[in-house]
Amino acid sequence: MAGWLFFLAMDLACGLFLLVVGGIFLELLAGSWPSIRAFGLSFLWTSAWDPVAGKFGALPFIYGTLVSSLVAIALAAGVGLLAAIYLAEFAPGWLGAPLGLLIELLAAVPSVVYGLWGLFVLSPIVRSQIGPFLQATLGFLPLFSGPIYGVGMLTAILILVLMIVPTVVAVSRDVLLAVPDIQRESMLALGATRWEVTRRVVLPAARGGIFGACVLALGRAVGETIATTMVIGNRPVISASLFAPGYTLASVIANEFTEATTTVYLGALTELGLLLFVLSLIVNGLARVLLRALSGGLRQA
Amino acid sequence: MSGAVVHRARSAALWRLRSAAAPWLCACCAAGVAGALLLILGYVVREGLGAFSLSFLTELPHPVGVAGGGVGNGIVGSLIIVGLAALMAFPVGTLAGIFLASSGWETLVDLVRYLCDVLASIPSIAIGLFAYSLLVEPFGHFSGFSASFAFAVLMLPLIIRTSEAAMRGVSHEIREAAIALGAREHVATLRFVLPAAWPGVVTGLLLAVARVTGETAPLLFTAFGSQFWELNPANPMAELSLQIFTYAISPYRSWHAQAWAGALLLILSVFALSVLARLFLRRSARS
Repeated sequence: MAGWLFFLAMDLACGLFLLVVGGIFLELLAGSWPSIRAFGLSFLWTSAWDPVAGKFGALPFIYGTLVSSLVAIALAAGVGLLAAIYLAEFAPGWLGAPLGLLIELLAAVPSVVYGLWGLFVLSPIVRSQIGPFLQATLGFLPLFSGPIYGVGMLTAILILVLMIVPTVVAVSRDVLLAVPDIQRESMLALGATRWEVTRRVVLPAARGGIFGACVLALGRAVGETIATTMVIGNRPVISASLFAPGYTLASVIANEFTEATTTVYLGALTELGLLLFVLSLIVNGLARVLLRALSGGLRQA
Repeated sequence: MSGAVVHRARSAALWRLRSAAAPWLCACCAAGVAGALLLILGYVVREGLGAFSLSFLTELPHPVGVAGGGVGNGIVGSLIIVGLAALMAFPVGTLAGIFLASSGWETLVDLVRYLCDVLASIPSIAIGLFAYSLLVEPFGHFSGFSASFAFAVLMLPLIIRTSEAAMRGVSHEIREAAIALGAREHVATLRFVLPAAWPGVVTGLLLAVARVTGETAPLLFTAFGSQFWELNPANPMAELSLQIFTYAISPYRSWHAQAWAGALLLILSVFALSVLARLFLRRSARS
């Protein structure tokens, strides 16, 4: 009797879980229906965002989300991987372990704290120091042209980098430490330097896990709401300049959802949420395919 | 021929240089990452301590212009919202985790595992939209409970995966010995495997609580915030991280100070939870 109940409870829990995941998709789809019916697919590539006229297009938000998170992951992956290599391969034991633990703890710092710091400390620095410096040295590029407000795409990217770098470091370090020592030792015995061991043995063995760490961090950057909202400037424009304000899918929902009045407006915002959902599905699916290709290549090697 | 020798000597020098320089480059990156993060942490501690006081922890927010006031209602609101979320997510997540670890139904196990990854990757603001359309819109008003529901959904994948891993970590002999002695399948799982896996399960719960404690985005249109001592989760409730956000984007200096103090409190509680989780895990590794 008790056994029967236990199995029933387990099945119910699984059923409930499946119901929740399915429910999220269906609710988002149902909520965005007014907007889907009004704008169709053109919602994806028009850039009007005019609640008064009832015209909505998602392009500036898709652009803002993609640019901010892709640039952030490119920077964070490079720096974070090198830092993880130091902690796992070169740092002395008394330094590597506590530093690794510290960075792992810092990966759990809430995003609102990063947002707060970004708003009051980083964005003034961008306005008065980093921005003018970039403009003086690289100002001929359209990337660094135009007025510097402090809040804007550049500040958002920097905050995202700071937020996701601990994730990259912590996970990559775990992966590197999991590579068996016997592989390092045999290469060292053949006369390789420590760097060659890292480059030729440890990194190839760990590349799947490192890639996973980057995907995890990218997902965090794509979905990040609060910190980005506080520093990106919140204006639905597409600008070549990194100093200009931007907007992301997540931050426009955060800012405008409670103020949206008409059904179409609410629907458009919900559709942005649906896009965010689909975007993370695509990122995850691509990662799976790439990971399979990576580990397949490794097995052949 | 001498050209080839020179070339080889040059590439050897380059190789030696690279082997010597690469570790330093890595060290610089590690120092940069740790330094930048510690700088942020130090800044929050400095600014936060300046506005910290007992009344900050116990009092209601004061109107702008009236000195003092605190985030007492936000702290209580956080405890209620996160506590309710844990109450909802823990049984469902743990049972589903046990299912994944012990069921032979491979297709369903794979599907649940895949959907766990999917759910873990959905941005929290989209989960907030889900909670809004399910629990706010039909009732016509914001509520603490809808925030708890959103948090519970966010906690589920983490709890499921950690409890599955904890159950799988228990050696097969324990289950087999129990069954060999005549225990039924569910008795073996509940009375013998689960107690051995318990520290790992609790670690997962603690990590999940730590993860949602700092979460703000879904609260914007579920808990919504409140200026009062609101203990009934059927009504809009205050929450600490939401208060920090509201204070930070306000134009008032006194509120900014409170935001820093709140950030300090938030970091301390998240750190405490993470350290606690690690201690549990270490204990499970020892036993």
